[in-house]
Amino acid sequence: MHWLTRLLGIFFNLFEPLFRLGQRVLGVSRIGWLFVAPNLMVFGLFTFLPILINFVYAATGGVKLMPFERPFTGVENFGILFECRNYFDIQTCRKDVFWRAIFNTAKFSVIQVVLMVGFSLVTALVLNRKIIGRGFWRGVFFYPVLLSPVVVALIWKWLLQSQGVFNAALVATGNEPIGWLTDAGWAFFWTVFVSIWAHMGFYTLILLAGLQAIPKDMYEAAEMDAASPWRTLRRITLPLLMPNLIVVLVLAMIRAVQIFDEVFVLTGGGPGSATTFIVQFIYQTGFAEQIHLYGLAAAASLVLALGLMLLTFVQLRLTKASEAGQRAR
Amino acid sequence: MATLDLQRIVKSFDATTILHGIDLAVKDGEFVVFVGPSGCGKSTLLRVIAGLEAPTSGDIRIDGQNVNDISAAHRGCSMVFQSYALYPHMSVYDNMAFGLENIGVPKAQIESKVSAAATLLRLGELLQRKPTQLSGGQRQRVAIGRSIVREPKLFLFDEPLSNLDAELRVSMRAEIRELHARLKATMVYVTHDQVEAMTMADKIVVLRAGKVEQVGAPLELYNRPLNTFVAGFIGSPRMNFLPVALLPDEARQGGHALVPQGTHTIGLRPEHAQIANDGPIAMQVSSVEQLGSTSLLHGKVGADTPFEMVLNGQTSTRGGDTVRLGLSTAHLHCFDSQGLRL
Amino acid sequence: MSVTTFLTRTHGRGRLDWTDWLSYAYLLVGLFTMFAPILWLVMSSFKTESAIGQFPPTFLPYSQKSVTVQGHEKPLPLFLTKTESGELREMAQVRRIGIMATMVDPAKPETEIRVNINDRKPINELQFAGNNYTDLFGKFSFGKYLWNSVFITVVATLLTLLINSMAAFALSKYQFRGQKAVFMLIIATLMIPPTIILVPVFLVINSVGLLNSLWGVILPAIATPTGVFLLRQYMLTIPDELLEAARMDHASEWRIYWKIILPLSAPALAVLAIFSVMWRWNDFLLPLIVLSKPEFFTLQLALNSFQGELNTQWHYLLAMTVITLIPITLVFAFLQKYITTGIASAGVK
Repeated sequence: MHWLTRLLGIFFNLFEPLFRLGQRVLGVSRIGWLFVAPNLMVFGLFTFLPILINFVYAATGGVKLMPFERPFTGVENFGILFECRNYFDIQTCRKDVFWRAIFNTAKFSVIQVVLMVGFSLVTALVLNRKIIGRGFWRGVFFYPVLLSPVVVALIWKWLLQSQGVFNAALVATGNEPIGWLTDAGWAFFWTVFVSIWAHMGFYTLILLAGLQAIPKDMYEAAEMDAASPWRTLRRITLPLLMPNLIVVLVLAMIRAVQIFDEVFVLTGGGPGSATTFIVQFIYQTGFAEQIHLYGLAAAASLVLALGLMLLTFVQLRLTKASEAGQRAR
Repeated sequence: MATLDLQRIVKSFDATTILHGIDLAVKDGEFVVFVGPSGCGKSTLLRVIAGLEAPTSGDIRIDGQNVNDISAAHRGCSMVFQSYALYPHMSVYDNMAFGLENIGVPKAQIESKVSAAATLLRLGELLQRKPTQLSGGQRQRVAIGRSIVREPKLFLFDEPLSNLDAELRVSMRAEIRELHARLKATMVYVTHDQVEAMTMADKIVVLRAGKVEQVGAPLELYNRPLNTFVAGFIGSPRMNFLPVALLPDEARQGGHALVPQGTHTIGLRPEHAQIANDGPIAMQVSSVEQLGSTSLLHGKVGADTPFEMVLNGQTSTRGGDTVRLGLSTAHLHCFDSQGLRL
Repeated sequence: MSVTTFLTRTHGRGRLDWTDWLSYAYLLVGLFTMFAPILWLVMSSFKTESAIGQFPPTFLPYSQKSVTVQGHEKPLPLFLTKTESGELREMAQVRRIGIMATMVDPAKPETEIRVNINDRKPINELQFAGNNYTDLFGKFSFGKYLWNSVFITVVATLLTLLINSMAAFALSKYQFRGQKAVFMLIIATLMIPPTIILVPVFLVINSVGLLNSLWGVILPAIATPTGVFLLRQYMLTIPDELLEAARMDHASEWRIYWKIILPLSAPALAVLAIFSVMWRWNDFLLPLIVLSKPEFFTLQLALNSFQGELNTQWHYLLAMTVITLIPITLVFAFLQKYITTGIASAGVK
């Protein structure tokens, strides 16, 4: 370990003169800028600048990567995305995959979030009771959260493939094997299931923390008030947990709308575009197709950004409302 | 309104036994106070009565009915918690109505009961407020209101006044007494403060280390404590304890003996000590506190037994003086070597 | 205290009621659902190529026994064979044509008999195909992928700790003009997920010449608003007097940061380090865009590209998957407490 301290020492000595100089120039009060500079530079270069450039891409066409080599096209990209002969029939849309992706994402988000938060809530309620080895059980549900999406997808792909365990069980009970990932309906189901499997532990943790913040004598008072377990849950536990629930719901929603990694590896968006979601559409349009349509991809990203902004706005409103109704405990 | 009978209540948590066999009978309409130092098991006993804890063994009878297997919700008890445990997200009205809603009382009836309790406790203006918008005393009254509204057989109080400041405590004590007189309900009250016990109780139960030391009316405990613990616990300032060896021989034996045979310790309350020029014991006064209406003398008797004396009015005695104490059998408490009263 | 007392101590009543049974049942189902797939993965990763293709699959890696027979170059598979006389004998299969198989007794390799394939059953034994793992390093450039992932994770984590602690220090211990705006700006970055700036980020990385470079994956992600927030919250609790005393001792601000703030922030740094390791190790979308040349692939990219082929070599893919999840599992096993408390407190905020 001695070499480690030596290395750190060298590193320290490297930067000290720079900061001493900065200190002399800027003074102690403004040296803060120097400390925060690297962070700001990275944010600036890789977050803020791209936001601006995104608009440039969305408003230009052509196939070049460099923004100044692209012809200005105004809102044409959006026009392409939204052009449909008949708005009730996706097939008549010019970019029907885009609409498919939006529809799939909406359907997925609602179903997945409701189910996942539901399971997380039940699990948190169970873990909140007096059980032996609570830390162990909490870890059980939390472990899949740590796995990479690629690993998660591969685990399930292995289980679900035509010669896999699930089909083995079906055949053993006298049924026909099912193409779990080749059937549109089942593929969608599994994207929901797998993402719930991989993420519910995280939200369980947050909800459990919220439950444990409820003082124990509140439950005793409810017991003395002859409240049945169901009434206690409905009138005491859930209302007191509401702020956490809202946070969890919105966080989960924002995550769900952006789902990509595990679905991409699990189904690749298929069969067809049955499990193609919006981020995959953006990726495909901008990077995976024969021709990289950067403008279209940027336009689609802005649509997604708009959706996310709406969600965040809703969250702020809901949080404010629930806080007004509660005012600290 | 009900009677309460406890028979041989034992409560253990894993390997530790908190209650070592409590027997108690509470009459209908009595105000009983459990008092004792922290850790004596008084709160545990209250929770066992309420049904929040199950006794390890023993029987609990409310109004003659054995309630061991009946859950807390259906025992007919209500509890005022030390922290009040008000539901923060519900209004005062909803807090009080909650219990009645749970047992299916119709809305109109709930309304009349809640407003009656609110009027009784002067909460009428506050019914729509949330608990966080109330002062400590107001919250306390809401907690009491929540108990009243259910018209329970037994009212249970778990150190309800300990979170209030001194002044509020005094006024709330009186309010609770008034409530008791008005409702004529059976109330069990837990406190560590012996002043509360003395001023509020019909009957006091002194507990120590999970055992009942003495049960009786306040004055009974004051005048005839059964052991040194109760003698020292009840009464403020604390009773003085003197080893009997401090008395001269003639005061100990023979016809004019002040104390019976077998006495090991003598107890004398500070307010019962008198200055007598020919008294048997001398006290070296170390300091005097003059409060105007009373004087408090601190000092020592014998080698180094601490002694305190309370005198009416003002005194000219100063620190460093020596005074002689007069002892009259009327106020002497005699305890044997086990600390039991003779 | 007896075992039964311990096991039945629940729900405060001293007796187990039906809600307790239900709870434990739920937890057991949860345990099975969460771990059975992973267990299945690990077990399958030890199956030989032929065992992998078997249907129905077995839990433990069984593979057909084989035996070396004199006169034959390669080991021959062993079958429990029913001979013409009706007796069952262990025989090795030389060849199989259509529905007839030629079998020999391993002890007497000259005598060949021909049996119908339905008259023989393979003899299986437990076989752990450790070569699934060792081959990875030989046949495929698995070592390279592993190195790429490790490099990215370690370097990114170190840089993350450095610059985010610097920023947190600035935002917690200094008062400078525009500080509030900077803080707001950083929080605002939380609102901008990478998914909506994919194309321009690609442009930027390309423009600075970091496409197909590990640094192109490291640099964009080292500034994290969550990290700044976490560290700042912790640093606020460090007493200002310590800094003032150091300044009186002529310590430069950098020295204060390095020698006082950093060591005192160790717990928060540990939590951020764990998060950073998790994020970087599991990163997929950004590397997917930035790294297109296989020699730069991270483990995650390699896993993904490996299964895109027509006939996926599952036995290698599964072994790769297991190796990829080992580091995270170790972090989990030893540092679970840090992670769960870190998340719980962050979530509560």
